[in-house]
Amino acid sequence: MIKQEYSSLFIRILSILSPLSILILWEVMARFHIIDTRLLSSPSLILHAFIPLLLSGELLYNTAVSVQRVIWGFLAGSAPGIVLGIGMGLSPLIRSAFEPMIAATYPIPKLALMPLILLVFGLGETSKIFTIAIGVFYLVVINTMAGVLSIDKIYLDVAQNFGANRKNFYLTVALPGALPMIFAGLKLGMGMALILIVAAELSAAKAGVGWMIWRAYDMFAIEQMFIALITLSLLGYLFSLLLDMLENWVLPWKKQV
Amino acid sequence: MAYEKESISVTNLSKIFNTTSGQITALQDISLSIGEGEFFCIVGPSGCGKTTLLRILAGLDSSSGGTISLKPTNIDRPINSMVFQEQSIFPWMTVIDNVSYGLRMRNIPKKERYEIANHYIEMIGLSKFTHAYPSQLSGGMKQRVSVARAFANDPEILLMDEPFGALDEQNRILLQHELLRIWEETRKTTVFITHSIDEALCLGDRIMVMSANPGMVKTIITNDLPRPRKISEIRTSLQYNQLFQSIWLILRDEVTNSKNNSSTEEKKQPQI
Repeated sequence: MIKQEYSSLFIRILSILSPLSILILWEVMARFHIIDTRLLSSPSLILHAFIPLLLSGELLYNTAVSVQRVIWGFLAGSAPGIVLGIGMGLSPLIRSAFEPMIAATYPIPKLALMPLILLVFGLGETSKIFTIAIGVFYLVVINTMAGVLSIDKIYLDVAQNFGANRKNFYLTVALPGALPMIFAGLKLGMGMALILIVAAELSAAKAGVGWMIWRAYDMFAIEQMFIALITLSLLGYLFSLLLDMLENWVLPWKKQV
Repeated sequence: MAYEKESISVTNLSKIFNTTSGQITALQDISLSIGEGEFFCIVGPSGCGKTTLLRILAGLDSSSGGTISLKPTNIDRPINSMVFQEQSIFPWMTVIDNVSYGLRMRNIPKKERYEIANHYIEMIGLSKFTHAYPSQLSGGMKQRVSVARAFANDPEILLMDEPFGALDEQNRILLQHELLRIWEETRKTTVFITHSIDEALCLGDRIMVMSANPGMVKTIITNDLPRPRKISEIRTSLQYNQLFQSIWLILRDEVTNSKNNSSTEEKKQPQI
């Protein structure tokens, strides 16, 4: 690989400049009627619609509702995912009991389960949280198991040679060894949660960022739709930032390479 | 060299691996006796089963026949600690947590085990890196930590499997020096595997030469180079050269033999 010597300032400017120029291009094309603002709106129109939506508290309320669903769904999916994943990684018995089932059901699009989930859990919060949880669960359980399985055998030998008991074996080798992969699973799961929240709020929701998108579609309020999309992207960024912070805190040995 | 007490005794030990292509005898009829406080080296061509022998001594593998007995003098101390050939310190623990790992497994309070660990970290010259993670250390430093981890555990017997095999020569000589120094202080029974005749002569009291396919004891040579040893000095001595020559003559046939077989044998050798 050839090392390219660009100054960090240039790189920072470029990463701000390129999205900015797209926004300017978008605005210019809207002003000169090259694009249809009824369908694609423009940055200034979106900003214009944003202020009342923010001031009325409507945007914050809907965001809070969605964030709550995402967090509960994320926790409900990842906690059992980590526990089962470690079990499957360590015990061939647990692995052979669960792996075929997980492998067979993993490819089912979680959205295809929505009607069934609605029938079982009804139209309330549970169905939305469950949809998110199930999507997160698969990614976390698969990554956690792979993480435990990828731990170098030498560390198991060391633990055995130095007389680690079962508890210490989990705490000093299996869990820390699998944590990098667990975090990879959590990050993928968070992405999945944001994908699923929009779909989950499509049916029978009365609030939420996803619901805003569908309402904007019904009302043909393109600006509101864009605002909701931007909110989702911001949420995704914030959540990944939080997970990165958590990862740096839990995995101090990974960052100092 | 006579030892007051026996520390390790192995009688007619054998190890057979069952593979898809049939049975492979890795070790056959190994008998040896290692005294308390002895530095015992094992050399042999690759694939002669020396690592397997050490893993059986460490309790990480089982034998197929024969007996081994490790004789503890003090039941409070762990029977053995191993220094592995490859990188084996936990990347998720700091140097001090790695060095005190064995003590932690024995439920020794944190303050006490850190004190002991600090002593050994100082001994290996890594005081500046006490709270560093392994990713910040070089290969030689990591292997030092591995040696310190075994010593800090204060076992009856130290088992070392080519611990310096992957290091460059400068680092290897440095670590051999340090090992000699720490060993002179503690006089622990040590079984040390190496493929280097030079290393065996620099470190060992006795040197066992193994033959391959199957792994057997070819001969055991007493190395009476005077202690304390200075590696740079003993290498130029006449005695060293005579011993080197005699071991080489024994090994040479073994190495050529195992080389002739290696094209087929290496594939058959199970990964251990």
